[in-house]
Amino acid sequence: MQNTERISIRLVVNGARSDISVKPSATLLEVLREDLGLTGTKEGCGVGECGACTVLMEGEPVNACLVLAVEADGKHVETIEGLSDGDVLHPIQQAFVEMGGMQCGFCTPGMILSAKALLDENKSPDEEEIRKALEGNFCRCTGYTKIIASVRDAALRMRK
Amino acid sequence: MDEYAVIGKRLPRVDAKEKVLGRARYAADYSLPGMLWCKVLRAPHAHARILNIDASRAERLPGVKGIVTGKDFGGWTWGFMANTRDEPPLAYDKVRYLNEAVAAVAAVDEETAEEACELIEVDYDELPGVFDPEEAMRPGAPVIHEYRPNNVSLEYHYDFGNVRGAFEESYLVREDRFKTGRVTKGYLEPPASLAYYDPAGSITVWPAKQSPYFHYRHLAACFRLPLSKIRIVQPFIGGGFGGTKNDSVAGDFCAVLLSKKTGKPVKFVYSQEEELSVSKRRHPVILYNKMGVTRDGVLTAIETRAVADLGGYTSISPLSLYLVGFATPIPYKLPNYKFDIWGVFTNNPMSAAMRGHGITHSRFACEIQMEMMAEELGIDPVEMRMRNGIDPPEAGGIYRTINDITFKTCGFKEALKAAAEDPVWAERGRRPGKIGPVSYGVGISGTAYLGGARQLGHQSCGAVVRICEDGTVNLLTGATDCGQGSDTVLCMIAAEELGVRLESIDIKRVDTAYTPVDPGSYGSRVTILAGQATQRAARDARRQLIESAASAWKVEPGELDIRGGFLFLKSNPGKRIPFEKLAKMACYEGSGAVIIGRGYSGYGIEPMDFNTGHGNGGTSYSFTAQTVRLGVDMETGKTEVSDFTIAHDCGRPLHPISVETQNEGGAVQGMGQAIYEEFIMDKGVTRNNTFLDYKMPRSTDVPKIRVIDIITDDPDGPFGAKEASEGSIVSSPPAVISALHDATGIWFKEQPVTPEKIVKALKDAGKWGSS
Repeated sequence: MQNTERISIRLVVNGARSDISVKPSATLLEVLREDLGLTGTKEGCGVGECGACTVLMEGEPVNACLVLAVEADGKHVETIEGLSDGDVLHPIQQAFVEMGGMQCGFCTPGMILSAKALLDENKSPDEEEIRKALEGNFCRCTGYTKIIASVRDAALRMRK
Repeated sequence: MDEYAVIGKRLPRVDAKEKVLGRARYAADYSLPGMLWCKVLRAPHAHARILNIDASRAERLPGVKGIVTGKDFGGWTWGFMANTRDEPPLAYDKVRYLNEAVAAVAAVDEETAEEACELIEVDYDELPGVFDPEEAMRPGAPVIHEYRPNNVSLEYHYDFGNVRGAFEESYLVREDRFKTGRVTKGYLEPPASLAYYDPAGSITVWPAKQSPYFHYRHLAACFRLPLSKIRIVQPFIGGGFGGTKNDSVAGDFCAVLLSKKTGKPVKFVYSQEEELSVSKRRHPVILYNKMGVTRDGVLTAIETRAVADLGGYTSISPLSLYLVGFATPIPYKLPNYKFDIWGVFTNNPMSAAMRGHGITHSRFACEIQMEMMAEELGIDPVEMRMRNGIDPPEAGGIYRTINDITFKTCGFKEALKAAAEDPVWAERGRRPGKIGPVSYGVGISGTAYLGGARQLGHQSCGAVVRICEDGTVNLLTGATDCGQGSDTVLCMIAAEELGVRLESIDIKRVDTAYTPVDPGSYGSRVTILAGQATQRAARDARRQLIESAASAWKVEPGELDIRGGFLFLKSNPGKRIPFEKLAKMACYEGSGAVIIGRGYSGYGIEPMDFNTGHGNGGTSYSFTAQTVRLGVDMETGKTEVSDFTIAHDCGRPLHPISVETQNEGGAVQGMGQAIYEEFIMDKGVTRNNTFLDYKMPRSTDVPKIRVIDIITDDPDGPFGAKEASEGSIVSSPPAVISALHDATGIWFKEQPVTPEKIVKALKDAGKWGSS
C-alpha cells in the first residue's frame, strides 16, 4: 500500500500481447499468476531453488520468481498454458501423460517447460543431458525415473 | 492379467491431462472477489511467556482489515488424542518453539498484511529452552507444558514373551545406539487455503489438505459449528507425505476467523521458508537397540528403548510413537520382544507423521544391527534374512506375531530371492570394488509395512457410484489423491466392476457437502479401503442395472453380464446392447429409477490397543526387499547411488505405473533421508530452512531403479491389492547404509550419513583417502 508507483510494461505471453502496469518490485511470477490469471505456473519456494515456476523467456528457461516483471518488458514469455493447441497436447505433454511422468503435478508445468527448452535445442538428448536439463526442477513424488522416461519419449515423438 | 479388462493395465492417470495443461488448480490458485490476504506473525523466541500484544499500530495501517491474536480463539486447543490436545491455533500464554504463530492479519494484499505483522508489538519474557529430548527428561530441565512437568508427553511400555531369558540363552547379543534425523516432507506446494465464513453460520474452505476430514472436524470444533455447516472443497494437492497436510496449521484457523471478522474471503499461502521453519517434521528418534541371536543367526529377542523429540506440542505423536515399536516383529520371526518409548517435549519445531511413519526408525536400527550380527557370525546377509524371514501363510491361514499383528499373505522370502537374483546383488563380486578414489559397495535390506490403516477413532469409508442416463458414471468417495494416483486406481476399480471403459468414469474430488466422510490419505489406506468401498458401490450399481435389464428382457439377472461396454445374454453373447443404452433404459424405467450404487469398506481387523501394544495397525502388510549399489569417494566422503532394485509385494499392482512410481519416489525420498537430508538445528533455530540449504535429491542424483512386483493376491484387498507407497521409503535407508558399510567397512548408526560424517569416520578408522 505504501509504494503506489507503477510502471507500464508490455509482455507477449503465449503469443498474445498484454500491456500491464506493475509495481517495480513485482516479479514475472506474480504478474503471470495475479494479473494475467495464468495459474499454471506454480510458486514452490519463491527464491529460485525448486523450478516450479519455470517459464520460457525468449525461449530460455527462467525461474519466474527471480525475474522482475520490468525485466520481462518487451519479451516473449511462454507458459504451460501456451503449449497445447487448445485441447490437442504438445508432444511433450502427450509423453508425460502416457509415460506417467507425474504424481502430484505441482512440478509438472515447470518440468515440461525445462524439457521443452532442452528439446528445442537438442533433438536427441542422452540420459545425462536430460537429467542435467531437469536439474533445477525438484520433484518430491516420482524419484524422477518416469519424468526422465517422459522426456526421452517426447524426443522420439518430436523427431517423428 | 487377461482376466481383467482395466485392472493391471498401463493406462494414463485420469488427472494427467489437467496436470500437463496447467489446468489443475491447487489451493493457491483459487481466489474470490473481494478476497483479503492473511499473513501470520511468528515469535522470535523458542521459549517465552507472552506478556502483551499491542496491535494498534498495525490496525491503523491503510489496507488492514482485521487482526487476530491467540485470545480470540477462547482457549481452544487441538491434538490427536483427547488427553494431549495441547496445541492452540495461535500461542496465547507461551510460545514453545521458534516462529510459533502469535497473531495474524488480513489486508487488501499480501505485502500490506506482511507489513502490518511487523507493526504488531509483542512483549515477551524469554525463558530458558531445552532442545535435546534426553536433557529435557532430566530433573530440573525447563518445563514446557505445565500439564507435563517432566516434559514427557507420553510413554509406552510393552513386553512380549521373555526377553531377559532369551538374551541369557542367546549365542550373541549386541546393543547399539541408533539415531534418525529431522527430515522434512519436502512437498513443493506449501500450506495454503482460501476461506469464507458465511455470516449465516457456515464455513467454506479450499485448503491444501491430504486428509480433509480431519480439518473438517477441527474447524467445526474450533468455531463451534455443526459439521453440516463445514464445507471443504478439495483442490488438487501438491504432495502430502503425511503430517502437516493431514493436520491443520495456524493459517487455516486464522483465515477462517479473519473471514468471520471481516465478512470477506481470506486466503493464506505460507512461504516455503515458513514451511521449512515451522511445519511438522519427522520425529528424530534415538534408539537403544538390543538384539539376540543363536549361533545360526536365528533371532531370539529384540529390546528397543527409544526417545523421540516431539518439539513444542504433542500433535499426532501418540500414534507415531506407537508405530515406532509396533512393526518390529515383521518381516522376521521374533519370539521375544520388549519395547519402551518416551515422547519428550523440547523447544524445537513440532514433529509429526511422515511417509514411512514410525516404522522407518526401528526398521533402520534392526536391519543394521542384524547385518552387524551376520557379519560377526560370518553369515551371508541374504542367508541371515532367509533364516529369519516370515514364510507365507498357507492359503486360508493367518500368520500372527507375538504382538498380534496378523496377515494372510507374505511375499517376503520371494522378494528377498528376487532381489538377490537381480544383477545388482548377484553380480556384486564381479564388479570392481574400487576405481580411483571411489570405493563401491552393495547393500540389502528387508521391510514390511502396514496398508489399509485403521487405527483409532472414526474409520468409516464409503463410495457412491451414480449412473448417468448417457452411460457415463460419477464416482464419489471421501478419498484424496495428493499425487499417489488413487483417483486413477479408484476409477479403474469402478470401470472394472461395471464393465465399462476407464474414460466413462468421472471421479469427484472431496467436497464435504456431497462426498462420503472418510478418514483421509495416510497409512497406505486409500487403495485398500476406499478401493473396497468403490468396488462394492460399483457392484451395487451393476446389480441394479442388471436387474432392470433382466426385467425388460424377461430373463433372470443371473443370465446377464456386462463386459467391454456391453450388456449381453451369457448364453447368447450376440444378444447385447451397449452400456449407454442399458443406462438409459434403467434410468428411464419409471419413477424412482435413479441408479445409485453404495458401498462401504468392511475388512475386519482387530484394532491395535495402545494400552497393551497388541493388535493390527492395518488390514494387510506389504513386504519389500531392496538392494543398492553406490560409490563413496574415500577422500571427499561424497556418495553416489547408482542402482536400486526394489522387490515389493503389494499383493497385486492395480495401476502398475502408479505402483512403480510410488516405489521409485519412496525409495529416492528414503535415499535423501539416508545420506543428505536433515534440518540443522541450533538452540531451536532451523539453520537450513531453504531448499538451497536443505538438500533433497535432484534429477542428477537419482539411481537407476528397477521395481519387481511380487504377486500375492491378498484376500483382504480389492483385486488382491496391498500397500504400495511406504515400503520403499523404509527399505531404502538401511539398504543404502548397508552398502555404505560394504564400501567403507564402517557401520553408520546415525542418519543422515553425510560426506562430513563419512570423512570423519574414515579418519577415525585410519581409512581416509584409501579403502
